[in-house]
Amino acid sequence: MPMLIDTIDNPDARAACARHSNRPDSLIEVLHQLQATVGHVSDSAIATIADALNLSRAEVMGVVSFYHDFRRQPGAAHTLKICRAEACQAAGADSVAAEIETRLAIRASAGNRTAIDLRPVYCLGNCALGPAAMLDNRPIGRLTTERALAALDGLDIRAGDGE
Amino acid sequence: MSGTVQRILVPGDSAARSVGADEVASHLANVLPADTAIIRNGSRGLFWLEPLIEVERNGQRLGFGPVTADDVDSLVAADFPASGHPLALGPVETIPQLAKQQRLIFARCGLDDPLDLSTYKAGGGLAGLSKARALAPDAIIEAVKTSGLRGRGGAGFPAGIKWETAAKATGDATYLCCNADEGDSGTYADRLLMEGDPFTLIEGMCIAARAIGATHGLVYLRSEYPDAIRTLKAAIGIWREAGLFEGLSAGDRFDIEVRMGAGAYICGEESSMLNSLEGKRGEVRAKPPIPAISGLFGQPTIVNNVLTLASVPWILEHGGEAYRAFGTGRSRGTQAFQLAGDIKQGALVELAFGVSLRTLIEEFGGGTRSGRPLRAVQVGGPLGAYLADADLDVAMDYEALAAIGGMLGHGGVVVFNDTVDMARQARFAMEFCAIESCGKCTPCRVGATRGRETLDRIIAGEDVAENLALVEDLCELMTDGSLCAMGGLTPMPVRSAIERFPEDFTRPLAAE
Repeated sequence: MPMLIDTIDNPDARAACARHSNRPDSLIEVLHQLQATVGHVSDSAIATIADALNLSRAEVMGVVSFYHDFRRQPGAAHTLKICRAEACQAAGADSVAAEIETRLAIRASAGNRTAIDLRPVYCLGNCALGPAAMLDNRPIGRLTTERALAALDGLDIRAGDGE
Repeated sequence: MSGTVQRILVPGDSAARSVGADEVASHLANVLPADTAIIRNGSRGLFWLEPLIEVERNGQRLGFGPVTADDVDSLVAADFPASGHPLALGPVETIPQLAKQQRLIFARCGLDDPLDLSTYKAGGGLAGLSKARALAPDAIIEAVKTSGLRGRGGAGFPAGIKWETAAKATGDATYLCCNADEGDSGTYADRLLMEGDPFTLIEGMCIAARAIGATHGLVYLRSEYPDAIRTLKAAIGIWREAGLFEGLSAGDRFDIEVRMGAGAYICGEESSMLNSLEGKRGEVRAKPPIPAISGLFGQPTIVNNVLTLASVPWILEHGGEAYRAFGTGRSRGTQAFQLAGDIKQGALVELAFGVSLRTLIEEFGGGTRSGRPLRAVQVGGPLGAYLADADLDVAMDYEALAAIGGMLGHGGVVVFNDTVDMARQARFAMEFCAIESCGKCTPCRVGATRGRETLDRIIAGEDVAENLALVEDLCELMTDGSLCAMGGLTPMPVRSAIERFPEDFTRPLAAE
């Protein structure tokens, strides 16, 4: 959504900045906090943070776009990160990831709301028990399609699953 | 009955949790008498046995693993025997892959609740810091110089010399930054330590702070490690409560703050990490000036890896000469080797430098988990070389690996079986560099993308010889012209793959 006028002061962004004493070096911490509470970094949040930390909007936008963790659009309630790095590749992650993606796509096209963001990640530090994944903050080792789907089912977000 | 169970330890480490340790712990709590102590310890690093539970009775610790929640009832019914049960491992200290290690950094990891300061002290913790408090800063630096300790993040720069430079530099504040942005695939030693024995890292940082006169400590910890962040923050709080930050140097009180990364691999590069700590894009800085002269906010700054700092308490406790007695050539002390990929017994193996790669993979790792033949081994993370079976007798130290065109990096060892396509691995190295490049310098930013495209053409069988020459030319340019190790070392896996596994790059041609 294009931002034409700057009338919106984002209260969540304002509060996150205040909590970090409006220090410009805390920008990444502010963005983490905002994303943890609101889920994404909106246009109004960027404008508000720039104002509060005495930075230009370009500087804030530059940081938001640099780091993989930050997202500009609202995402799903849950995120399944699957490691795509070498150690997990060697443990068969590529085929498992493809199968999970296919199964989730099938479920989604069948009208089941999965509320899951599937994201690649490069190393979760669980390389001896690969393929590794992380569902929100919960680590999953020795990933198989069955283990992944069971963990997703455990979230209780897929009512009416017709499989 | 073979004696009363004193306590049961179920690792709370995230690797153990990833294969069901929480479920095991809660099931044990349900079926055992309410007064049974169930401790969530760190992991011993023997991951193929996780969840590895330990049952302590008569002062002996019996191991069982890998235990699932479904196994708990049969273990309880059998009264946790030393042997005879399919999961019984006997006394944990006698498990060969653990017994044969030389654990200095990881000596206490997994022994107890990582946040219990009293067991930390009882296990020898704080001895190094006590000695350091009695020493003048330059005497601490001298001990570290004597030890021969080199940076464990990958570059291998002598830690004592780095400290000396920062101690001599004048500035308003001297920052001590711990690089815990362990992004290399196949490495997990920093995470294991921060979750299993965080006090050792904090103690090392306190000693370093005294040596260089640091007033601010920062740990840059990646967001992919939520458990490590939680444990380390809690440990710092306990340390502070116990007053252990006090009296390190005459002036300001030293303290440590944990900063969370945001998913950028490049922030493991020290100058990029400093920019990130300043709240900026994690772009690499040109050197000089080196951080020890002008680092965070332009002040003298020491950046050390987790394992470098965690080696320091042992060095102070036992002396630089004792540490020097481990290792070989210019690689002194111990290294935490991390076995990963298609490996039967994936584990953290701390040993003196100089052990052969073959010993690590075959004796400690037990070969491939899939049972397929080993084909390639990547040592040193995504920027490390791919080695072949013929290289396995190389001694694992900085110089010996460099001599065969590889590098030790952070000590990761990733095993690939015979199904691996090395042209695809070379392509992935370029792709990863393209995804994670900070964009500051052209050789890395543009080179990685061109490299990936060219390897795609090679994989498709287009003008293979010409395109291989182009890749070689590009690799030379990236090696010589990149600002930092990301662009400078991405050619290492690419070139080593082409050199050692040429058949994977010419396959489409041969098929014609």
